[in-house]
This record gives sequence, structure tokens and C-alpha cells, in this order.
Amino acid sequence: MSWFSQTLTSSIGRKLLMALTGLFLISFLVVHATINAMIFYNDGGETFTHWGHFMATNPIIRTLEIVLVAGFILHIVDGLMLWKSNRDARPVKYAVNNAAANSTWYSRSMGLLGTLLLIFLVVHTSHFWIPNRTNQFATGEELDLYQMMLTTFQNPIVVLIYILGCISLFWHLLHGFKSAFQSLGLNHVKYNGMISFLGTAFSIVVPILFALMPIAIYLGWVK
Amino acid sequence: MEGNMSLSLKVWRQSNKEAAGGFEDYKLDHVSPDMSFLEMFDVLNEQLIEEGKEPVAFDHDCREGICGMCSMYINGRPHGPLRGVTTCQLHMRSFKDGDTIVVEPWRAQAFPVIKDLVVDRDAFDRVISAGGFVSVNTGNAQDANALPIAKEAADDAFAAAACIGCGACVAACKNASAMLFVSAKISQLALLPQGQAERSIRAEKMVAQMDAEGFGACTNTGACSAECPKEISLENIARMNREYIGAKFSSSAV
Amino acid sequence: MATSSRLDAKIPQGQLESKWSKYRSSVPLVNPANKRNLEIIVVGTGLAGASAAATLAELGYKVKAFCFQDSPRRAHSIAAQGGINAAKNYQNDGDSVYRLFYDTIKGGDYRAREANVHRLAEVSGNIIDQCVAAGVPFAREYGGLLSNRSFGGTQVQRTFYAAGQTGQQLLLGAYSGLQRQVGMGTVKMYNRHEMLDVVNIDGKCRGIIARNLITGEIERHGGHAVLLCTGGYGNVFYLSTNAMGSNVTAAWKAHKRGAFFGNPCFTQIHPTCIPVSGEHQSKLTLMSESLRNDGRIWVPKKQNDNRPGNEIPENERDYYLERRYPAFGNLVPRDIASRAAKERCDAGYGVGSSKLAVYLDFAAAVERYGRGEANKNNIHNASDADITLWGKAVVKEKYGNLFDMYKQITGEDPYEVPMRIYPAVHYTMGGLWVDYNLMTTVPGLYSLGEANFSDHGANRLGASALMQGLADGYFVIPYTIGNYLASEIRTGKISTDHEAFVKAEAEVKERIDTLLRIQGKTSPELFHRRLGKIMWDKCGMARNAQGLKEAIEEIRQLRRDFWSDVKVMGTANYFNPELDKANRVADFIELGELMCIDALDRNESCGGHFREEYQTEEGEALRDDENYMYVSAWEHKGPENWELHKEELVYENIKIAQRSYK
Repeated sequence: MSWFSQTLTSSIGRKLLMALTGLFLISFLVVHATINAMIFYNDGGETFTHWGHFMATNPIIRTLEIVLVAGFILHIVDGLMLWKSNRDARPVKYAVNNAAANSTWYSRSMGLLGTLLLIFLVVHTSHFWIPNRTNQFATGEELDLYQMMLTTFQNPIVVLIYILGCISLFWHLLHGFKSAFQSLGLNHVKYNGMISFLGTAFSIVVPILFALMPIAIYLGWVK
Repeated sequence: MEGNMSLSLKVWRQSNKEAAGGFEDYKLDHVSPDMSFLEMFDVLNEQLIEEGKEPVAFDHDCREGICGMCSMYINGRPHGPLRGVTTCQLHMRSFKDGDTIVVEPWRAQAFPVIKDLVVDRDAFDRVISAGGFVSVNTGNAQDANALPIAKEAADDAFAAAACIGCGACVAACKNASAMLFVSAKISQLALLPQGQAERSIRAEKMVAQMDAEGFGACTNTGACSAECPKEISLENIARMNREYIGAKFSSSAV
Repeated sequence: MATSSRLDAKIPQGQLESKWSKYRSSVPLVNPANKRNLEIIVVGTGLAGASAAATLAELGYKVKAFCFQDSPRRAHSIAAQGGINAAKNYQNDGDSVYRLFYDTIKGGDYRAREANVHRLAEVSGNIIDQCVAAGVPFAREYGGLLSNRSFGGTQVQRTFYAAGQTGQQLLLGAYSGLQRQVGMGTVKMYNRHEMLDVVNIDGKCRGIIARNLITGEIERHGGHAVLLCTGGYGNVFYLSTNAMGSNVTAAWKAHKRGAFFGNPCFTQIHPTCIPVSGEHQSKLTLMSESLRNDGRIWVPKKQNDNRPGNEIPENERDYYLERRYPAFGNLVPRDIASRAAKERCDAGYGVGSSKLAVYLDFAAAVERYGRGEANKNNIHNASDADITLWGKAVVKEKYGNLFDMYKQITGEDPYEVPMRIYPAVHYTMGGLWVDYNLMTTVPGLYSLGEANFSDHGANRLGASALMQGLADGYFVIPYTIGNYLASEIRTGKISTDHEAFVKAEAEVKERIDTLLRIQGKTSPELFHRRLGKIMWDKCGMARNAQGLKEAIEEIRQLRRDFWSDVKVMGTANYFNPELDKANRVADFIELGELMCIDALDRNESCGGHFREEYQTEEGEALRDDENYMYVSAWEHKGPENWELHKEELVYENIKIAQRSYK
């Protein structure tokens, strides 16, 4: 094995990969949440569609999209491999385990939260991204995403699924954001406070922004 | 008999590495709050011997919290309910009359059970053998004060070196990861000028050995540090990550 | 008095200062190619064992190291708290090799060998260099240089330390060196193995019989030399500051195979330990001697004063060490501090519920440090509360781990109330008799560290055990062993098929079978407790002829009871701590008898050996240099039968005087 693959398949290398892809996905969330927030102009989707069009057609973005998909895949596959090897590291479980005394439940449940997010991701992309891109490939035309949204979020079950997805995202980020810095070795008494504050703030603001979309549409705030 | 506490114990019994184990229930009366947890086990064992049963095997030696040999998972936590304390320094005043206490061995692929509550922690020795040292043969040293070391670095190195190698970090971690243990040694030597010559190779080799032993990876839950009887800081794991990644991408070992 | 013809200490000729350097330059050498063919067995992996095993492997010898714990890092050297002495004179306070030598001889009450002690003082500085180079994080000053503190029995600051965990840091340093060799394959490590016999062939030690404590298998190991670095035997008292597993078995087996036992009755009772809290007590915990740098020891002036310590006003306190020994005050040597505590408690001034305790009080130090902090930060009108707060912070930095430990064990907060302390068995100066080469009376069988008798006379000074362990392992044995092994290069590999191995193994097995066969009513633990009580009552801090004679009879009876009534559960074929314990207790019982015999023979008081019949009017130890200035070396002749050989102690460089710390 070359030193490179050896590094990336070591316990720390895998964490490094999780951290880097995680931070990359976090940066994607920023873009995604920002463009989503355009619906709150409540201008019949004009601004939103403008930026949606940009994201769907700009060649740089389209290239980055491939990187994004790769980032998701790496994050997911690496996460699952870590989950497997971590589980194997303790073949016999404790009969009584008071883990709450030493750690938060969500930090111990990143695999579970990640899996919920993965399921949500499938649902979410099958609502919007996949049909849109399929259509683009087939006809060269984009779909009217704004209109699709207004339709999709009339269904209370869909809205509920999106809210649950956002809650999972909140917990996943609440640990993942800070954890990424620790994995990268960035732990310093001067900056820990800031990282922690940013991490918490990010984990609250971004999922709320996301969740507000289906809620606002369902409740008719945005038309 | 001196004490007035009565306890119910559920203790893991396993006759050897291969055997299937299980919990046994014991009743213990006249426990004194001034007893240490291990002294309570001494009383239990005397009781078992009187009943003609084999006493519970458990690891212990110094009984003053420094050798790192004692290792019980008590009511779901390594070394029991207190922070910063080994099992031998845990006293029965931390429990209440009538309590039920469940005691299990450390559980990890890399720490197989030898008998009852005794596990094999040789993996730690092998990790140290892989690089947890400064290669200086006896007689080679220069005068001790020829090498001034900033007090802060010395203090930080000492704080990392305070690790007693008990394995509570592995026991507490949901992934049975040994990163707190390994990072404490890597940190100690990375912080000191004496450790610089082998800094890269040490990080590479110790991490490789850690992985080969079958410990899990770190999820940064912080359970290890919270349960560490010497309260070794998570900062050490971050430092190890830096050391390892830096070494891997910069050393000439291909 | 003349030295017995059976004892030759092999002390080099010449001036004291040049004996060791001359010896090193003239000792026979073994060339590297031959070293590879010579096997050395090291039993025990504390400071002496780990440092010896690593250093000998570095030199090129093939080493096998054994420890009964699950890892060499657990050896009880790890529990040493306060520090390690070295004559570096970094503090510019008048220290020198000679002064360390002198303090050690005087501290040992003139019962140690001059040449050995001088060598120890000579190499003390190298130890610090070596440890620092190996990455031991000693305490440092802000300028980056090493910090020192005071210890008992000295007036200079020569003690290097790492908070209250010096032993831990030194052992981990030696252990890392050992593991490095294990990784390179030059040391083969045998964890969870207990040595159960030594094997002699044609008068030379050629190997050991060891039991794999996990599988129960009895193994033969051959070697050209065997080093016993197995620590002290303080656990003969049942309650001591030793680890639960610390035992005399290896040394005792060697003794029964021909190694003489030196000064068995010289036991160190450490003055500052946490008092016994009840019948359940399994061990005692030391509070480092370094605490006497800052703590003041006192009892109430009134007998049976039941007020809590912090409610007793200053003028009703008796700081008895400062009163009796103004020159050294609270930093008198351990034997003196211990006896003074016992004297006060016996006289009815003891404190706590058992009345077997005295106070160790940090209030004055808290105030002093608090004011120091205020001055340092240029605050001139600080409140008392602030001063106390700052003072406690300084005390916490210096002794935090000890204070935490105290609180954990007693449930009392020593920052708020004075500590209660009482003397407890801590160290044994006695051990296997060795010559200047650290070789016992059996050729090829060596003893290092606390396991030998050599350097501390009748009382060891604080912070000198770590020094001796590492001196023996790092800097003495690597030279002296060549003296013997140079003549072994033609021996070839030691075959473990020799009948001596077969016989020794059979005897070990027979003994284990016997232990398991008895199936009496009493556990090994209870026998151990009984032995401990006899030893503490009659061969403890104070001894007298009458009590010792009784003790000998009681111990003999105890031995007979043991071999007819012990109950050992489990089998010999797997991990069985009860069997290990029974084996050790059986040896402790025999040792206890010899200790009492030795104490009875020595009709004087010296150091840790205090015979009530021999004391000055002020209650100080009264030596009898004319008749007892010798090392007792006991030869085992059979059950209940020992022969005393005397090694005369000759002092050519020190004027012998009654020890005074006033």
C-alpha cells in the first residue's frame, strides 16, 4: 500500500477524511441555505429562480457539483467503514453502560444521525435535484423548482419528514462541526471558544433556515 | 463487623479466555463506608472462600491510584461513579446502603478477558514498544541542565505523562479507541526537546501499532478524558492528529 | 570483630574517591560478539530491574525480563512520590558528592558500607542526566532549569521531582527504555510470570523456575547470570505502603538456595502515612515526605484533647519535632520522626478517633505562600481571605495530587483541616547480602535496588531509594556484571535439561500441589493478617528481647498452622491469584521468623531498628559500635535454622558519632 492510501485508511486518516469532507459539506450547506433563503423575498420565486438557474448552469458550479457528490460519497462510505471498524473494536458489549455520564448522546450517535440524514437525502434529492437534472439531461430545460416546491410542501407528511431531517442535521452538526476541528488537530485554548460558539450557532441557524422553507410554504407565508 | 451497608453485587464471572461468562449475584452485609471498593471485594472474596466458592479474580496492585492495574467497569462506568479516581481510590461512601452494583471487565477487542474481571492489556506495551521512547542509550546523556526547557512545555509534558496506562479510556470509548493513551505518550515526547529527533517516526509507528491492535477510531465524544482517572486532556488527541498527519505528509518514510 | 571468612565484599583498594573510577577502568570486559551469546535473566521490572534490563540489552547481552504484574510499568517504584536525590549542587547551596555520601551514611546510622555509598553518590548526577535525556518531565523553574526541594536528613536542596509522582515518571522513563529493547527483540519480556525458584549448577546460578500466572505452566529459564530486582519485603507486616503484590518470594528462594540475607530486621517506618481507618484496611497510603517541606507536625499540648484540630489555638499546640530537633525541625530523618510520633501517641497526645495519629498542618505554609503571592503581584493590602486563597493555590500546585488522594481516602479536606498522619511500614533496608559487584553469596546471582541490603544502613533517607534503584541498574551492574561474565564466555548456552532444573521444577510443583491439597479452613489472606499483627506488635517501630522471643515462637506456630490449615481455592492450571498469594504468604512467614531472630541478635538501637532496652535518656537510639558495627548476613541452614555471618563495617573516611539532628 502506498503511503498515501495507508495514511487515509489509518484510524486518524479516516478521521481526517471525515473532517475534511464534513467541512466541505458544511461549506455547501452555507451556499444551499443562502439560496434557499431567497424564497423569503416572497417575490414569487424570482430571486430564488435566478440563483437556482445560476447554480444549475454555471460551468464552475456544475464541476463543483461533481466534487460535491464525491464529497458526499466519501463522507458516507468512510463513515460507514469507520462505524464498522469501531463496532468491531468492541465485540462484547457492556451489560450496563452509563455513557450519559461522560459524553453527549448525539456525539455517540453520529452514525445513526448520519444514516437518518442519508435517508433524508434520498427523499430530498428525489423530490428536486434528481428530476431536475434528469430533465436537463433529457431536454436541456430546467424544471420550475419554485413551483415544484410549492406543490411538494403542501403535503404535511413531507413537511414533517423535512423537519425531522433538519433536526437530525442540527444534532449531526452540533457535534460534527467542532469534532472536525479536533480531528484536524485544531485544538487551542485561544480558539476553542470561538470554534465552539461558531459550531453551535451554525448548527442552530442553518437547520432552522432549512426547516423554515417547508414550514413557510405549508403555512402559506411564502406563495 | 464494622460497617452497616448492605449491597447487592452483580459480578461478571468468566473462568478463562475461551469460556462463556455470565453475571453472578452476591449479597454483602456489614460494608463500611470507609472501605475502598477493592477492600469491599476483599470482603466478598473472603465470604466466597468461606462458602467454598472460587473468589473473584481482579487486577490490582498499588491501591493508591498510580500503578494503573485496577480496572473495573462499575455501574456502567470505568473506575466507577467519581471523576479523576481509580477503582482502588473509590470508597464505599460513594454508594448508598441497599445499592445494587454491577461490575464488568473492560470490554474491547484488544483487551481480551483472562478471567472474571481481569483483562489482557499487553497491547498497550506493544504500542509503547513501537515508538513511545527516546532512543538514548545509558551513558549518552549530557548534563541535565544543559537543555533548558520552558516551564510551560515541561508542565504540559508532565500532564500528559501522568497517564497510568489503566485503559479506562478504551473502556469508556464507544469505539474502544486507545487514542487518549497513545496521544498522551506522543504528546509528552513531542512537547519536549528530547523527543524531537524521533518525532515523526514515533507518531507514525505508534499509530500504526495502535491500529494493528484492533482499537477503534476516535469520534471525539470526550468520554475517554471524562473518565480518565488522571484527567488527561483531549488536547493530546488533537496534538497526536497534528503530529501524525504532519509526519505522514512530510516524513521521508514512503 | 573480624569479617566472616564466608563474606568477601570485594571492595576495591585505594582512596575512597577513586575506588569506583579505578574499578571501572580495570574491570574485565566482554567483547560485543561474546555478549550476544550471554543470557541474563532479570527478575522484577521496577527502577532497578527495568533500567538494568534495558542497559544490559543496549550493551548487547541477551536479556529475559520477568514481572508478576500485567506490565513492567506497574512495578511499585511507580508509587514513589517525593523525589530523587543527586549531588548536582544546582542550587549552589554547598552540596557535593562527599556531602551526599556523608548524609547517607549518617542517615543510615553508620551501618552502611562506605565504598558502596560513595559510589552511589558519585553516579547520582548521571542518573538525572540520563532520565532527562530519556524525556522524564522533572519540575522546572521559569528559566527552564531543573527545580529542587528538600528532603529529610539533609540541609541542602538536592531532591529532583515531578510533582508528587516522581517514581511514576522515573519508572515510565526506564520502562520506555525497556520497551524499546523489547521492540528491537533484545529483551524478551515475560509479563504475569512469577519466579518461584533459582537454579544453581555446580555452585553457580544458572537460571530460574517461573510460573506463567495465566496458564499456570511451570517454566525453566536458563541464563549465565540472574538479577533479582524484586523490591522490598515490607508486606511481611501485612499493612504497609507497598503494593498488594509486593513480595519476598524471589529473594527468599534465592536465600534458601544459598544467598545470605543481610540485616533483615532493618525496616523503615515512614512517619507520614494516612492512619488506619478500620479492620478492613488492606494497605496504607503514604503522604510524601516532601510534605514536610511545608507541613508542620504537631499534637495538642493537652492529653486526650478531643477538639477538632483547627479549633485548637496556636499556644496549645506542641510542634514537637521543632521543639526537640531545632536544627532539622520537621525535616528530621524518617526513623526519628516516626519514633517521635509514636512517643507522643503512646503518651496520650494522639489525635483522631483512634488516637494513633498526629497532625500535619499546612496553615502556616498557606499563609506564607499567600503573602508571597501578594508581594509578587504587588498587592499590599490583601485581605486574609485572599491570602489564604492564593496560598492554597500554591500548595495545590505543589502537592495537589497528594491532597486529593488524602481527601479521597479519609473523606476529609486537607485544605481546610490539618492532615492526620501516623507512621507505617514503608521500605526495607535489609535484603540479600551483596558484595561491591552487587553479587550475592551465590556466584552469578545478583541483587539490585531495594532487594539488596547495600546502601542505606539502618535507615534510608528520603528520595534515596529511587537513586539507588537507578544507580544499580543504569550505572553499576553494567560494569560489575562483566567482572563475572568475562569468565563465562566459554560456558555456552545453559541447558534447562540439566537435572538441577528438573529437580527444582519438581520441587516447585510439589509445593503448589501441597498448597492446593491441604484444603483447611483459613484463607491465605487471614494468615497474612495474623503474621502482620505479630510483626507489627513485636518487631515493629519498637522491639524488645521479650517480645521478639515470643514473636519467634508465635511465627513458628503460625507456620505449622499454615501448612496444615490453609485453604487455597481453585487449581494450578489457570489464573489463580489465591494460589499466588498463598505461595507468597508462606515465604513471608519464614522471613518474619528470621527478622525477629536478627532483631533479637542486634542488642543495640540504630536507625529503624529500635530496641527499647537500648536508648538514651532522651529516648534516642543508642548504638553499640563496639559490638554491633557489622552487617548481619544470615545463612539458611534448614527449617528454623540460620547461621549468622558478620561483615565488619570499617569507616575510614567518616568520623563516627552519635547521630544528632538537634
